[in-house]
Amino acid sequence: MLRNLRWSRPTIVLAVLALVALISVVCFMTLGARGSWDFIIPFRGRKLLGLVLVAYAIAISTVLFQTVTNNRILTPSIMGFDALYILVQTAIVFFLGPQMLSLMNPYAQFGMEVVLMIGFSWLLFQWLFLSEGRSLHLLVLVGIVFGIFFRSLSNFMQRLLDPNAFQVLQDSFFASFSTIDTTLLGVALGVVVVVTLVLWRMGHTFDVLSLGRDTAINLGVEYKRSVVIILVMVSILVSVSTALVGPITFFGLLVASLAHGLVGTSKHKYILPAAALLGVIALVGGQTVFERVFEFDTALSIIVEFLGGLVFIILILRGAAR
Amino acid sequence: MRLLTVGIVLTIVLAIISLFVGVSDVSLGALLSSSAEDRPMQVLVMSRIPRTLAILLAGSSLAIAGLVMQMIVRNRFVEPSTAGTTESATLGFLVVTLLAPGWPLMAKMIVAAMFALAGTALFLRILRFVPLRDVLLVPLVGIMLGGVIGAVTSFFAYRFNLLPSLLAWSMGDFSGVLRGRYELLWFGLAGTIMAYIAADRFTVAGMGEDFTTNLGLNYKRVMTLGLIIVSIVSAVVLVSVGSIPFLGLIVPNVVSLMVGDNMRRTVPWVAVLGAAFVLACDIVGRIVRFPYEIPISVVVGVIGSGLFLYLLLRKRHNAA
Repeated sequence: MLRNLRWSRPTIVLAVLALVALISVVCFMTLGARGSWDFIIPFRGRKLLGLVLVAYAIAISTVLFQTVTNNRILTPSIMGFDALYILVQTAIVFFLGPQMLSLMNPYAQFGMEVVLMIGFSWLLFQWLFLSEGRSLHLLVLVGIVFGIFFRSLSNFMQRLLDPNAFQVLQDSFFASFSTIDTTLLGVALGVVVVVTLVLWRMGHTFDVLSLGRDTAINLGVEYKRSVVIILVMVSILVSVSTALVGPITFFGLLVASLAHGLVGTSKHKYILPAAALLGVIALVGGQTVFERVFEFDTALSIIVEFLGGLVFIILILRGAAR
Repeated sequence: MRLLTVGIVLTIVLAIISLFVGVSDVSLGALLSSSAEDRPMQVLVMSRIPRTLAILLAGSSLAIAGLVMQMIVRNRFVEPSTAGTTESATLGFLVVTLLAPGWPLMAKMIVAAMFALAGTALFLRILRFVPLRDVLLVPLVGIMLGGVIGAVTSFFAYRFNLLPSLLAWSMGDFSGVLRGRYELLWFGLAGTIMAYIAADRFTVAGMGEDFTTNLGLNYKRVMTLGLIIVSIVSAVVLVSVGSIPFLGLIVPNVVSLMVGDNMRRTVPWVAVLGAAFVLACDIVGRIVRFPYEIPISVVVGVIGSGLFLYLLLRKRHNAA
């Protein structure tokens, strides 16, 4: 036991995580750098910003989604939200046509995608969660099958659009951390800042919400309103991360479970930063290791899926044993 | 019985349509007026007939594999693609392609089948840790296990620059089927026949280990036979045309809603409807974006996952 109470376990964990995250950022920027710094800093800086934004968006959205659904296994991507984003993206191209789209500003397109995404994910959530008597396993299974359904549907539409562009279309289904779409980086940063401000203002309700619907209402939280706002923010964050790197099913689950395990409390004050820092460590550190040390490129997303799948199986079997 | 005859007639009609759909013009008139060396006849013999046969064989045997699997795992929602079997077969095919690229297709198929067997056995092993045998937990664990095995496969494919070919194999597609490239699928027919002969045993095994032993059957042996049928069918279909998701789940479930669970009666139904379903999907895939084709796995993926969702969300799911 530690004598000094100010240095409680969560604080120490956060401090260590921040340090490791800082080290991975520095390594990412400097390792193997040859040539002029005037080139390297903006070039790697942009990639770094992209990775940090993705890590942050996925970590925050997953933890909050778990808070709202009151459950440690469900995450937005397991429930098919990022496949839904790709479907929305494909559907816009499909119904408006590629010509129309090339006239449109990419920001306007992204805005439209986000708005549709919020609408559809709200409907999906409403339909799945607010009707009574559905077991958790049914929800998870339905979410996963929804993911497969959305993905097949987008694949189908993309093939109707351009049957020749097979290779190109495969890319949008395969996450890659080394090729980040940088055109949206600026708007993504802005969006994430706004979302963070909104969430910051309602931060005090998170701990209460995680106690469950009835307790939260008893304690005076405007349950419905808070849940709607959080869900809208989660949809926006999922859109940001999917737009930048593509769909990654298990990253959020991995980061959130690790954060819960390390911090040892479920206070959002600690869990949220811990998850975000873990995300940064995993993405920036992992990318550094794979790019510089092993010289693999897209392998990181594959390894994340592998580990995440294992964690998921273990979590769900443990839950069943209880 | 009369209904089944209607089903068979429907399948034959679809098969005939399938013979005449395609970019190259093969009409009845052209066939009658041409000799054996002419182009329409050649297209028919080299491409259309093999393709239609491949569809019939793959569709019926995969649906049967799903049925057998549902019987031995005692769960409505498992089939080769929700139990890690397909993914294990893909891993096996990748491994043998890397280590022994020169081996004949037959040998590669056997290696893929061994991997499929091992993967399914692993799945059953994990299921022992699910104490209550939660109906929905079983496919959930299976899909995740498939995801983990799939990640291993894509890692190696990525490492050895085979990712595009991996995507090409695992995407079920009949457009590459020509004479000489589908014959392995006849093993699928063998599997179907075996399933029919052993149907009563599987029905009994579906009632549980104690019940089976009580009736004097060797439970382990029935399970092993079932696993072998499933693995061989998955491997054969994967090696010849690629994976077709959810087929083995949808067809047996629909049949079970129609005629019940006595396997002796359901086997012919499942085989016929499986073939008809794949034929219909393949014809749709060929027509929607004519002259291009949409691969069968995409069409079946959309319809199959949609139907799966329906089965899951039905008000009262009378699952096994």
